Amino acid sequence: MVEIKTAEELNKKFLREGMWPTIFCNGCGHGVVLEYTFWALEEIGWDMDKVVFASGIGCSSRLPGYINADGLHTTHGRAIAFATGIKAADPDLNVIIFTGDGDCAGIGGNHFIHAARRNIDMTVIMINNFIYGMTGGQLAPTAPLGSIATTAPYGNVEHPFDICNLACALGANYVARWTVTHPYQPIKSIKEGLQKKGFSLLEFLAPCPTAYGRRNKLGDIKKHWAWYDNNTILKEDYEKIMKYGTEKEKEQVKDKIPLGVFQDIQKPGFFELYDDLVKRLKEKETKKGESKK
Amino acid sequence: MKYIRDPKRIREVLGKKVQFLLGDMACVYGGLLAGCSFFGGYPITPASEVAEGMARMLPRVGGTYIQMEDEIGSIAAVIGAAWGGSKSMTATSGPGFSLMMENYGYAVMTETPCVIVNVQRTGPSTGQPTLGAQGDMMQVRWGTHGDLEALALAPSTVQECLDFTIEAFNLSEKYRNPACVMTDGEIGHLRERIIIPDEKDMNLIERVPATIDKNKYIPFTNSQTIKDCKVPDFPTFGTGYRTYVTGLTHNEKGFPATDKQPDHEKLVKRITEKICDDADKLVMIEKLNLDNADIAFVTYGATARPAESAMEMARNNGIKVGLLRLKLVWPFPEKELAKLAKNVDKIIVPEMNLGQIVHPVIEAAKGNCEVVCAPKIGGEMHNPDELYKYLEGK
Repeated sequence: MVEIKTAEELNKKFLREGMWPTIFCNGCGHGVVLEYTFWALEEIGWDMDKVVFASGIGCSSRLPGYINADGLHTTHGRAIAFATGIKAADPDLNVIIFTGDGDCAGIGGNHFIHAARRNIDMTVIMINNFIYGMTGGQLAPTAPLGSIATTAPYGNVEHPFDICNLACALGANYVARWTVTHPYQPIKSIKEGLQKKGFSLLEFLAPCPTAYGRRNKLGDIKKHWAWYDNNTILKEDYEKIMKYGTEKEKEQVKDKIPLGVFQDIQKPGFFELYDDLVKRLKEKETKKGESKK
Repeated sequence: MKYIRDPKRIREVLGKKVQFLLGDMACVYGGLLAGCSFFGGYPITPASEVAEGMARMLPRVGGTYIQMEDEIGSIAAVIGAAWGGSKSMTATSGPGFSLMMENYGYAVMTETPCVIVNVQRTGPSTGQPTLGAQGDMMQVRWGTHGDLEALALAPSTVQECLDFTIEAFNLSEKYRNPACVMTDGEIGHLRERIIIPDEKDMNLIERVPATIDKNKYIPFTNSQTIKDCKVPDFPTFGTGYRTYVTGLTHNEKGFPATDKQPDHEKLVKRITEKICDDADKLVMIEKLNLDNADIAFVTYGATARPAESAMEMARNNGIKVGLLRLKLVWPFPEKELAKLAKNVDKIIVPEMNLGQIVHPVIEAAKGNCEVVCAPKIGGEMHNPDELYKYLEGK
């Protein structure tokens, strides 16, 4: 049930007072992801006393600070592991993680892998800007081949990390990728991801004009944002063209980044299975006790 | 399901009141008795039995055991669980403890109560996995970057593994700081008789929850419930206080204040002073034959055992030897040691490392007596005869 109509009302409800201004640069995509998340939360209507945000280190990891809710701003790459403990301690809490490409796919990769594999009930929102922005523009594991970073001054020679592909392989219950340049699908996807039991990953491609766009000559902010429209393709269109398209069409789309919902399944989550185990033990002991009597 | 501590159920799961038990298992017992409801584990010798015991017993008392992907994840989950309202712990040994150092500091900075059992072995690096040592007595104090006060207990018996794990929970809850049980491979893999304490004999301490009006609540300042207490009230996640917790230097509201010198000084002074202000109250030592001693062993953990034997041998031969055993090693009982240094001619510090706790002993002695380091490394305990030789050398 949506009671709020304007962005101003939305901000008043969800933003934490006293934390302004934000650390974000002009043209940054992080605030947009935050707003999409607010809209999704507003549509779901959860009690914000029962929503906890966790994050690691980096620009995106500063987001929980701006939200009027409990937030755990942790160490670099470890937010998902911290969040696992929060959820274990209080299953009534809805746990959302804001993380970046360096935080999640780089230093935190192992925690991501195992939380997805365990299917821990949490939603990971990974904002991918292809760069370590906060530290000044070092090479990220998601950076496209050839892109320039302060630590890849002659162009990146590493293949980029497709985190959605990895999450699907691990059996995460919900996996989607969008860019910040389209509002409607992201809000819908965040809502689906939040409501999904088990592990959800939402990857957002977001511009970093300061540390990535400038060095990679993507033009001014407007042009940089347009890059995301021109270099992505809906997953369904991509698959269709790769299957039925002409060679020329295939050539045109082959390097584009597919967007969409990649996985939407109902595998039981870790805590469901753990609760079953506790129940099973209890029944066994009760039976044993009765047979003794 | 949310955990509720049920003393009767815990004792049902633990079994008989008197048992012949492994040191590592005694840490499990202590944790469960203290009300631990979350354990994040990762296998490592000689601490794996703690995780195994927790995996067997925690689900039966309604708690959660998760084997994490590494020790970094274990301590992270343990800290997260504490913010979710659990009493939580992990167990590890040298290399795992090294991996935990960053998040150990995070727990200090965010004032998170949690317990780490470190069944010590030696290093550097992988060292001798199956053998005991006291390799991390300084790491627990200085291993993470920045300024902090450590809370570290060193059990010398299996019973103490149980008792000190409960005590570690009490200290960590009271001061909102991680507390460590610095056992070792010798005590961890030793079997001895233990007695499970009755509920009425246990004085469990719980963190003080935030209860003040939400508009008046300040998360990172002196307690708003207890007068003159530098430990802030705990705003468990989900209770509506909407607290922002960060490892960055933060002001009283919890907001980042990374470029503000006064905020950093105020914060770090408070989180260290909340412990060192109480240092005199916190002393946990055992004194044997110190009244008329010329020589004293200052010892802790497993090494206290051969030291005590050496002391008895010496007493039988007319050498006046006493022993001071540190049960709580950090905060270091400086005044007690200073006093001792004035009353004896020589202090001998046997350790299963090349000399760690001998340094604060030297510092406290201030040259008032001779301080001798009696190291032994390589995974073997000191033989009482070896320690006796240090006494004859007087």
